Amino acid sequence: MWPSLSALASDINGGKVKAVDLVNKALKKIDEDKDYNAIISVYKESALEKAQKIDELVKKGQKVGKLAGIPFIAKDNFLTIEGYTTAASNVLKNYRAVYQSTAVNLLEDQGAICIAKSNMDAFAHGSSTENSDFFTTSNPYDKNRVPGGSSGGSAASVALSMVPFSIGTDTGGSIRQPASFCGVVGYKPTYGLVSRSGVIAMASSTDTIGTITSNVLDAVTVMDIISGQDKLDSTTLPSKYKIDSNKIKIIKKAKIGIIKEYLDYGLDDQVREGLSLTIAKLKNAGYELEEVSIKSLPLALAVYYILCPAEVSSNLSRYDGQRYGYSEANSLDLESSYVESRTNGFGKEAKRRIMIGTYVLSSGYYEAYYKKAQLVRTKLINEFNEVFNKYDFLIGPTVPTVAFEKKSKKDPLEMYLNDIMTVAINLTGVPAISLPVPLENSLPVGVQLIANQKKDNELLSLALSVEEILNRED
Amino acid sequence: MSNDRTESILNSAFLKEYVPTIGIECHVQLKTVSKLFSGADNNAKEAPPNTLINHIDLGLPGALPVLNEQAVILAIKAAKALNSRASNFSKFDRKHYFYPDLPMGYQISQFDEPIILGGYVNIYDPINQRAKRINITRAHLEADAGKNIHPDKKNYSLVDLNRAGTPLLEIVSEPDMHSAEEARLYAEKLYLLMRYADVTEGNLYYGNMRFDVNVSVSKTNELGTRAEIKNLNSFRSVERAVNYEIIRQVKLLEDGERVVQETRGFNDQEGTTYSLRSKENADDYRYMPDPDIPPIILDDSYIDKYEDETNHLPDYYIDKLRDLGIDEVSSYILLDYELEEGAGILEYVLSLPKNSVKPIVNWIINIESPIILKLANITNNKINRVHSLYEDLLSISQEGLINSNSIKELIKKLFEMDKPPKDLRLYIKELGLIQNSDTKELESIVKKVVEDNPKAFNDLKNGEQKVIGFLIGQVMKISNGSANPSIVKELIEKLI
Repeated sequence: MWPSLSALASDINGGKVKAVDLVNKALKKIDEDKDYNAIISVYKESALEKAQKIDELVKKGQKVGKLAGIPFIAKDNFLTIEGYTTAASNVLKNYRAVYQSTAVNLLEDQGAICIAKSNMDAFAHGSSTENSDFFTTSNPYDKNRVPGGSSGGSAASVALSMVPFSIGTDTGGSIRQPASFCGVVGYKPTYGLVSRSGVIAMASSTDTIGTITSNVLDAVTVMDIISGQDKLDSTTLPSKYKIDSNKIKIIKKAKIGIIKEYLDYGLDDQVREGLSLTIAKLKNAGYELEEVSIKSLPLALAVYYILCPAEVSSNLSRYDGQRYGYSEANSLDLESSYVESRTNGFGKEAKRRIMIGTYVLSSGYYEAYYKKAQLVRTKLINEFNEVFNKYDFLIGPTVPTVAFEKKSKKDPLEMYLNDIMTVAINLTGVPAISLPVPLENSLPVGVQLIANQKKDNELLSLALSVEEILNRED
Repeated sequence: MSNDRTESILNSAFLKEYVPTIGIECHVQLKTVSKLFSGADNNAKEAPPNTLINHIDLGLPGALPVLNEQAVILAIKAAKALNSRASNFSKFDRKHYFYPDLPMGYQISQFDEPIILGGYVNIYDPINQRAKRINITRAHLEADAGKNIHPDKKNYSLVDLNRAGTPLLEIVSEPDMHSAEEARLYAEKLYLLMRYADVTEGNLYYGNMRFDVNVSVSKTNELGTRAEIKNLNSFRSVERAVNYEIIRQVKLLEDGERVVQETRGFNDQEGTTYSLRSKENADDYRYMPDPDIPPIILDDSYIDKYEDETNHLPDYYIDKLRDLGIDEVSSYILLDYELEEGAGILEYVLSLPKNSVKPIVNWIINIESPIILKLANITNNKINRVHSLYEDLLSISQEGLINSNSIKELIKKLFEMDKPPKDLRLYIKELGLIQNSDTKELESIVKKVVEDNPKAFNDLKNGEQKVIGFLIGQVMKISNGSANPSIVKELIEKLI
């Protein structure tokens, strides 16, 4: 276990703890647990070098950053100058970035050290890391089960205490679902709160960058650093909406809507138990909770699996084997170079999404699929707005199930169903957080708290309060 | 098609039975400092290949486009030049296709909500002395592609991405033109408009403006099948390509064949068009709103601000000059001259007293501009200095002190001088350019000329009026050009 980020930071700043020791501790843990396959690459030498520099600065009495010397892991779709950035895909297996993602830059500016890059579903397509073109990550609580996905490696690495925090991306639930499966805190902010610059795109209109931590305050600490407007990403929100540690405080009163539609799905017993327990404890603590219905919610999954593949098919078209990435060397002409590079480079799931996306954008089908899905998306946004007129927050399960066994989802549609409670959050751009619910004799279960767009500081305040209540000894 | 055949079709009566219909798409490269969506330098003219590119132009993973505000401002100005107004709301879409010069696998363009909707361009046909309005359908912003280069006799091709991401304004006209001449006039006017609005360098050699023309012919009210001739980069090639295409299509139809809907190229050397690819199975570009770029939302005060900043446009000058009695042909010459020299000629002409405008415009077009075309490195200062003498010169000529031949001589001299003369009248005297109106003196010259050219004089007496010009010319020669020609004419006529 790691102390909280603020404790670590003050220990480093005060010279009580050496950055090199933190990095070594993380490296040791990564090595011990390497059979979980959570990690794609480790940056041992550069991490130690950076740690040494920080220790020297502290020794000289110079000021160091807010996260100086603290190791973290980035999902392998964050571009880093160090090493390769693969998105766990064969296409980018040997890809070296020439510039770095804004999120990693901001963390490094504060002295945090990117020590490794974690496994994921290739190009973030999936909910189990089984779509990684390299290997599948194991769930820290049961090696036969998946850690969730697509940020499965990031969630497992924090659950295994390799590092105090990791960063991931959430396009349809890719932070919250693995956080739920691995018993850690997964935060997906409002769309546009963190810059997407330098993050390999999946579906641009729902891609969100967030954190995986072992507690809410650590999420706040990291989000305070990585959120804010970025001139490299025109979709970022003005910095007045950014996460501000000073604005996060316990809230004792709130009106919380329990999403009715999420109770209707076949929930696992543990998931139902986790949710009931949370609701009971919150009512007991004086919060106002009641069921609320969002009519179009059952359509969210269908809408997501039209819009997301459409954007995926577009975003993946740059991987054509002509400039970088996987390329068939012996193709006879341009046309076959395109066809062979893409056919042999992309994995099954990427190709499936390219096919679906191409189909729904084709003339004759655009109106019936893409356009209609956009209309429903707008409707969904309006319905969320209406609900948030009455309620401060919403609550529901993060995932209908606990972590499932590897290779148990043979049908891709069955895998897509696992996203049923997370995708609406991405379609509407609102923030949500998955908190682990302490249950005895159970695989980890997460509960999802949701707020309206740009209410991130309020949501994290509530999450801090709920976390405290859930962990309270009765 | 043989030349003989072409000639015979051109001269045949049936060509006249067909009405050609022409619409033009023009790609205007905007003169922004950096590219449409990246900070890379936009001046690709002579740069070595692939030196003006960054991660956005290369379409590297994780790269996001960021809209260049300057391009939006130039589009606002272009909208004004097109007698339109920038939309309050427009957005970008992705147009998907695979090609080596298109790094992202899609072009960022504007599909259904372009920045400019509607508008028109006035053209003037000098031969038929007829003005015409060509309507504009729309104009949208998009990023240019790179260039594929195919080295001779090599088994590879090269890609230069310097041009990738250059902002383009694609201006789409209605099919309102019905001759090659009108097509050329429209292209020329569009060029003037974009140059006066100051939105493009307008260097046709470097492809700053490229024209795609859609041509069809029909004998009925129903439009014929059209062919698109792509990438024409001169006004002459627009006219030649359209002419060739009209004849090609008429010939096909007369031979009982059909015109295929297709994209064609233009061979500048031979003046012919050739098939590039069929359009009958239309490409599916799978347009999709670009989620990386928020819509362009412009409030009216923002649009007003940059419309107000726009320079005076050609039609402004044409209207003003018309009020001063200047015909459109002359106005267009002045507009071109201003672009060439940038000496403020138009504003100068507009500042003249009403009565001076016509004769001075006449000097500028017929005397000054041919002189300046010959001289290298003529400065605007010098042009302005000469202009400052024109009104004086005009009153001198109106007083009958100097004839038109001498004015030509004088203006030439003024452009050769480093400093203007202090006293123009004195200078004219010194040069001996004062017009000789001394009847007695001229009488003796006339007599001599008549004696020396008895045959010509005889012919004149027998009614061959045109011979008088020859005799006046001889008198002018002997008087070193100083003779007042109208007095000379009177004197000769008296002798008859």
